[in-house]
Amino acid sequence: MSTQLTLQGVGIGRGLAVGTILRMPDPLPEPADTASTESSDAEKVRVAGALAATAADIRLRGNRAGGAAKDVLDAQAFMAEDPTLKDDVDARIVAGKTAERAVFEAFAAFRDLLTSMGGYMGERATDLNDVSQRVVAHLQGVSAPGVPTPDYPFVLVARDLAPADTALLDLDKVLALITSDGGPTSHTAILAREKSIVAVVGAAGALDLADGETVIVDATTGAVTVHPTDDQKATVETTLAERAAAADVPIGPGALKDGTLVPLLANLGSVDGAAGAVEKGAEGVGLFRTEFLFLDADRAPSVEEQQDKYTHLLQAFPGKKVVVRALDAGADKPLSFLNDEREDNPALGLRGLRALRANEPILRDQLTALANADAATEADVWVMAPMVSTVEETRYFTSLAHELGLKTAGVMVEVPAAALLADRILADADFASIGTNDLTQYTLAADRLLGSVASFQDPWHPAVLRLVGEVGKAGATLGKPVGICGEAAADPLLAVVLVGLGATTLSMSPAALADVRAELVKYTLDEAKEFAEIALSANSAVEARLAVISAASTPTTITNESE
Amino acid sequence: MAERSVTIASSKGLHARPASLFVQQVSSSGLAVDLTKGDKTMNAASILGVISLGIGFGDTVTISAEGENADSVLDGLATFLETDHDA
Repeated sequence: MSTQLTLQGVGIGRGLAVGTILRMPDPLPEPADTASTESSDAEKVRVAGALAATAADIRLRGNRAGGAAKDVLDAQAFMAEDPTLKDDVDARIVAGKTAERAVFEAFAAFRDLLTSMGGYMGERATDLNDVSQRVVAHLQGVSAPGVPTPDYPFVLVARDLAPADTALLDLDKVLALITSDGGPTSHTAILAREKSIVAVVGAAGALDLADGETVIVDATTGAVTVHPTDDQKATVETTLAERAAAADVPIGPGALKDGTLVPLLANLGSVDGAAGAVEKGAEGVGLFRTEFLFLDADRAPSVEEQQDKYTHLLQAFPGKKVVVRALDAGADKPLSFLNDEREDNPALGLRGLRALRANEPILRDQLTALANADAATEADVWVMAPMVSTVEETRYFTSLAHELGLKTAGVMVEVPAAALLADRILADADFASIGTNDLTQYTLAADRLLGSVASFQDPWHPAVLRLVGEVGKAGATLGKPVGICGEAAADPLLAVVLVGLGATTLSMSPAALADVRAELVKYTLDEAKEFAEIALSANSAVEARLAVISAASTPTTITNESE
Repeated sequence: MAERSVTIASSKGLHARPASLFVQQVSSSGLAVDLTKGDKTMNAASILGVISLGIGFGDTVTISAEGENADSVLDGLATFLETDHDA
């Protein structure tokens, strides 16, 4: 036997898989710049055919994918059919280039132009590269680079995946993803988390793996074991069977091993998701985002229009808690009628409650519509303000909500200042809900939309956890609920740590409910508190996670004497 | 030659999704339509041309065309540009 190779990356979630490798095909080599041996008319005919066929192929993929992927792919199809580009290609052919080279050069020229413009235009440059590759592949009669689609399950290895690739992944076939680049918040990682795909990202050396090699992918440790022994494979199968049995926790109230209840709620962004969330056992809604009501509009919808939508949502949760977040505009989701000013740092600008306060009639309308919908249904409506930084803002929002007839009004804790003064904030709020994504961004001072600082965006960071702990302590002292909504609550082991830090409810995308429910019942509240202490005393996010994983997998270190 | 001067309403300007919808509408009209911003004029049926004009929210552009139904085609395109398509 040859010596065994193990690659180390960052695991996403705690999945485990064994399978054979298929690599994303390498990009095509640059077509050689040699003189064409065909007439320029013949080359033009070849190009016209390849462009049309590529456009048709891209449209077909778009129709199959639907949703946001369809928009991206439709735009790509228009790029392949672009008359200006075609003129440029033809001119290069007339100058003596081959069809392949002319296509390559014309696309590259446009790509450089768009890249030089930056911003949204620059982002389209990636699309142009993809289209260029497809047209050249068609001209050369080779298969276009892209996610392989064999009829058997495989482990996909790539440098990183483009949005257009991930949109089309056949989740029944992809056993696991391994990337050599990209961090825990890369596009690939976010997709993997959303769809519960076993994934290890940033595994150096992954590109040296060859098609057909067998690997074990263990997201818990971030390790990829190449050419595992039969014993190792058997261990994986046993572990998978055990986990399947353990995950088969009947749908019911979320609770710890000792019976401590931890209600599991759903994050929803539209009314459509409500039925699915109930089916997966959501005990209510912990974060209902209301932006969808406003995004298509150039003005705020009327009280009646909003009331209709809210009533529809609330009817799906009779007798249950539904936490509605007031309109959270700004930064990654600007709304022109709220704030038209261009800001250099929108994440630090007039956003969240700040923007609502500057447009109080919009906030009053929304709260009035909610209060009316609350009165018309059986759900228990809570309302909270986004991006609250001060005690004064807390008082402003909760008193306005109470005045307009809403019984339970709270705030989101996303700003470190609000976490540090949680005892005073919670004195004036009925509850707090911690938005871990923004709290992490503001604590680590790293723009969460910026790829180059993505590695900072990890809610396992002890600084973030300490702030969560401050809010938890304040909630316990004052007897006020403290919820978590954000990526962090969907990570099963981190969810246990958050409960140990004082979270009383967890809200997540409905897909994550089953895993979190199964993880919570494994530990007592004392164990959760011990994990929290372990995480808080670590030096980094990675250390915190590994230390808790290690403590969780050796339960003998925790005695049951306290019970 | 018919022409219209319009102000862009999409909050993120004319690129990506709004750009492809615009190009689609131009192509299906069957007319040769020009799109002008400042001193640059592009074929309005070219998505790359349209994107490369870097048209942002609030920018004023001119669309022009010649032909039998140029007026009604331009009216349709003007309405499109004056609508916010950024969901």
